[in-house]
Amino acid sequence: MLKFLLEKEFKQMFRNSFLPRMILFLPVMMLVIMPWAANQEIKNIKLSVVDNDNSTYSQRLVNKVIASGYFILEDVSSSVGEALRSIESGKADIILDIEPEFEKNLMGTGMASVMISANAVNGTKGGLGSGYLAAIMADFTDDIATDLGLNAGKDVAPSIEIVPHNLYNTYMDYKVFMVPALVVMLLTMLTGFLPALNIVGEKEAGTIEQMNVTPVRRITFILGKLIPYWAIGFVILSICFLLAAFMYGIKPVGSLLTIYLYASVYILVVSGLGLVISNYSDTMQQAMFVMFFFMLILILLSGLFTPVTSMPGWAQLIAKVNPLSYFIQVMRSVYLKGSGIGQLLPQLVALSVFALAFNLWAILSYRKSG
Amino acid sequence: MGAVSVHEVSKSYGKTEALKRVSFDADAGEIFGIIGPDGAGKTTLFRILTTLLLPDGGQATVDGADVVKDYKRIRQEIGYMPGRFSLYQDLSVEENLEFFATIFNTTIQENYHLIEDIYKQIEPFKDRKAGKLSGGMKQKLALCCALIHKPRVLFLDEPTTGVDPVSRKEFWDMLAKLREQDISILVSTPYMDEASLCDRIAFIQEGRFLKIDTPAAIISQFGQELWAVEGDDMYTMLLDLRADPRVTSCFTFGESLHVTVREGTTTDQIKTYLTGKGHCNISVKVIEPTIEDCFMQITDDKANG
Repeated sequence: MLKFLLEKEFKQMFRNSFLPRMILFLPVMMLVIMPWAANQEIKNIKLSVVDNDNSTYSQRLVNKVIASGYFILEDVSSSVGEALRSIESGKADIILDIEPEFEKNLMGTGMASVMISANAVNGTKGGLGSGYLAAIMADFTDDIATDLGLNAGKDVAPSIEIVPHNLYNTYMDYKVFMVPALVVMLLTMLTGFLPALNIVGEKEAGTIEQMNVTPVRRITFILGKLIPYWAIGFVILSICFLLAAFMYGIKPVGSLLTIYLYASVYILVVSGLGLVISNYSDTMQQAMFVMFFFMLILILLSGLFTPVTSMPGWAQLIAKVNPLSYFIQVMRSVYLKGSGIGQLLPQLVALSVFALAFNLWAILSYRKSG
Repeated sequence: MGAVSVHEVSKSYGKTEALKRVSFDADAGEIFGIIGPDGAGKTTLFRILTTLLLPDGGQATVDGADVVKDYKRIRQEIGYMPGRFSLYQDLSVEENLEFFATIFNTTIQENYHLIEDIYKQIEPFKDRKAGKLSGGMKQKLALCCALIHKPRVLFLDEPTTGVDPVSRKEFWDMLAKLREQDISILVSTPYMDEASLCDRIAFIQEGRFLKIDTPAAIISQFGQELWAVEGDDMYTMLLDLRADPRVTSCFTFGESLHVTVREGTTTDQIKTYLTGKGHCNISVKVIEPTIEDCFMQITDDKANG
């Protein structure tokens, strides 16, 4: 019986002129474009400099800032007021205000101050911009100290140099942790939306009515809807692996088989959620919106863009019951650390529980009679 | 044993009572017609009998199986053709038929004799997608799909709504043939002219059955002389006739007015009355009542208490 249902489902899928194309097109687009656009490094910050000192050292500081590559010197203003106006007009993002006696103070007292004002309308840009500037400033102080130490032969104050070493992702390449997460997002969207829309589609076309008067059991019917999208999930996953390897050279440190195993459970979770939603929806519109609602929350609270541990307590609680966050953990661990099933056992248990719960719910909530 | 037996079944949607304690029995091997206007409760009744809807009260059996307790058995043994075309539009004619055969664990070949007459007409288009068929062909395909597992009872919910007159006639010819194959048929329709093609009919209005009998018996129970009245200005004539106390009922019926009168009134009296009102080209003829006249009479009686 199931065989015939599957045969029908695949026939319809391949006959659909849109679906197979979307299954191919979406992963490619996502992986080709998104890692570049969803860049978490901030570059090209527009800088406005107010150099009240115009000395050798203030020049040297400005040059150092620009040489960092993160900033573009947009304009040099004569006063803070003028600089603020260029922030207002959007010409500049950040102001570096150097005090009038900068060089003199630096030489005389060893203490000089600069003011950094950042436009925090875009919080990330403002925050990171002032962070970068502060770091450059610290570096500059070291340079000066070295210079002065050499020139004057004075004792150099003992200082601790910090050499950061990023584990698992030495160069802090955001692509290495964004790409696996994007794969999860993609898998979630396709294998969640498609089965949900399929069942609601049958409701709208009235064909579900015709199916309901047949002896087909509801578990068979639900399986007939689950399995094709499960298979599609694997196709998408494989496309993503290939793209990640060839476009970005990102290959999992761990085993691909581990990922496939977790994915096989994870797809069941998302498809199950989709089926549950479709059982309670009467129209495509309704299913679409409810699905969107859940997708947005799940994606934003999954640790995809912001780490879960920096979320408030209640959000961390939601993340705990968010299947997405478990699968993202798995993907990142396998891709970056090379973890195996042994280290990821809690995630396997969690995902299995989700899969079982959603699909049981889907089968129970699918009513053949009202 | 009856093919369908319904006892005091009722169903409400919120405050709307769709079925009000409906009872009837349809015998095995007959075409039982349920005749009534849109919104009378026909589809609700069909959905209960095909186990798609649970009744609020009462019992119903189909081929001896209870619609609530034995729904699994019923689903094996009935064919259902909903009012709306509900086959897979993106599958071809043949694929649809094959699909519905296989999920009933049978093959097209096994029951081909049942659908042969109908399927032959759509076979030239068997590779066409079901969604691209004309209305009449869609109905034929839907009937084939409902028949392919040799059901014992066939439920047809308004099978001819939106189908051209020629296809409608063909469709009813097919039903007559199916009856010979020992398949009981429960069919609903808003068309009164199709009622006379059933073995027995039930009038349904506002969730209540008004009368159940054979078409011939219902016509013979009309019990009054029926006149067809025609003239130049039909609308004022309708109002004038209704104003006359001798006229008991008067309805527009196609191009004429169907009129019943108190006993003892003659056609000449009415003609004189209408001429007096200034009507021209008046013709009054005695005619045989049709099922529709009976339906109007019965609903009119109900409305007047």
